[in-house]
Amino acid sequence: MSTTETTASGIGPVEGASVYTVDNPAPLIEPPRKRTKKTPKSTRGNFEMAAWLFMRLSGIVLVVLVIGHLLIQLVLDGGVSKIGFAFVAGRWASPFWQVWDLLMLWLAMLHGANGLRTIINDYAERANTRLWLKGLLYTATVFTILLGTLVIFTFDPNIR
Amino acid sequence: MPAGTLYRGREGMWSWVAHRVTGVLIFFFLFVHVLDTALVRVSPEAYDEVVATYKTPLVAVLEYGLVAAILFHALNGLRVIAVDFWSKGARYQKHMLWTVMAVWVVLMLGAMYPVLGHAAREVFGS
Ligand code: HEM
Ligand code: HEM
Repeated sequence: MSTTETTASGIGPVEGASVYTVDNPAPLIEPPRKRTKKTPKSTRGNFEMAAWLFMRLSGIVLVVLVIGHLLIQLVLDGGVSKIGFAFVAGRWASPFWQVWDLLMLWLAMLHGANGLRTIINDYAERANTRLWLKGLLYTATVFTILLGTLVIFTFDPNIR
Repeated sequence: MPAGTLYRGREGMWSWVAHRVTGVLIFFFLFVHVLDTALVRVSPEAYDEVVATYKTPLVAVLEYGLVAAILFHALNGLRVIAVDFWSKGARYQKHMLWTVMAVWVVLMLGAMYPVLGHAAREVFGS
């Protein structure tokens, strides 16, 4: 703590004027948890904060993507009844809907997987259980994202 | 159940439970959904055959349930975001939950005919 004033008590009479003036400034008190050269560097990084922020940002984008998707698939133009290979071929002929589906696939899978990671951390109390559940979760997530991406990029309307 | 996962027991807790349950349901649906969509790389017949099951009355009811889960998760997710980022969010969290539920009911009524109409026609005849 750096103290410039050592003689005055610092406590003036309750109703009186402050003992400190421009020429006689109050002692500077450092914030108790300030990082200085002497304190150790944070070793944890900001992964959890990034994940927290990602949940919120991806959530906002997913509102548009997923509700738009449901509107197209279940409500407009005859609802589910119109869906079939020909319908998908028509939609993926447009790069716009390819990008839409690709973005929805990646964001929804990463958002959902991160949500499940939180849930596993909450309920699986044994370290070994957590390890296995997360291993299963990450495997399924990577597999699904890769498969979905491959399907969008390699779709062939003339497969037969 | 680990200690501390049930607390307070008011609207805030139940909306959190519902957010969690709907999130898990949607994730599992999405996993299956990407698998069934991948059938377009097998053959048009294989895809159309599986999609045919999506058009049966029973599955229509499940689809209505999926819509219910997504609409709740989406609306309540926006509420959670508002609580976190809006300076008055925490104070109005309960009002926002009732708004979420009101909008949810209206949207669910609106979705009834488009999602369940074809199933009703099939079951009760048109
Ligand atoms: C029962 C309701 C649903 C139906 C009938 C449906 C239908 C379809 C159809 C026909 C496609 C093929 C491509 C296209 O037309 O865009 C598709 C793709 C896709 N859907 Fe849905 N969908 C539904 C719900 C959802 C939901 C709730 C999500 C997200 C959580 C979702 C995410 C996706 C994704 C990511 C793709 C791309 C798949 C890939 O990359 O192979 N769908 N859906
Ligand atoms: C439709 C737009 C969506 C919005 C606005 C949204 C919003 C959110 C938010 C803000 C959270 C964080 C909650 C918290 O930290 O307490 C969350 C959690 C979660 N979301 Fe979503 N989400 C959406 C779509 C989805 C989809 C498509 C899935 C599944 C693939 C999903 C699965 C989950 C899961 C599993 C959690 C974790 C729940 C928990 O920890 O209790 N969400 N969502």
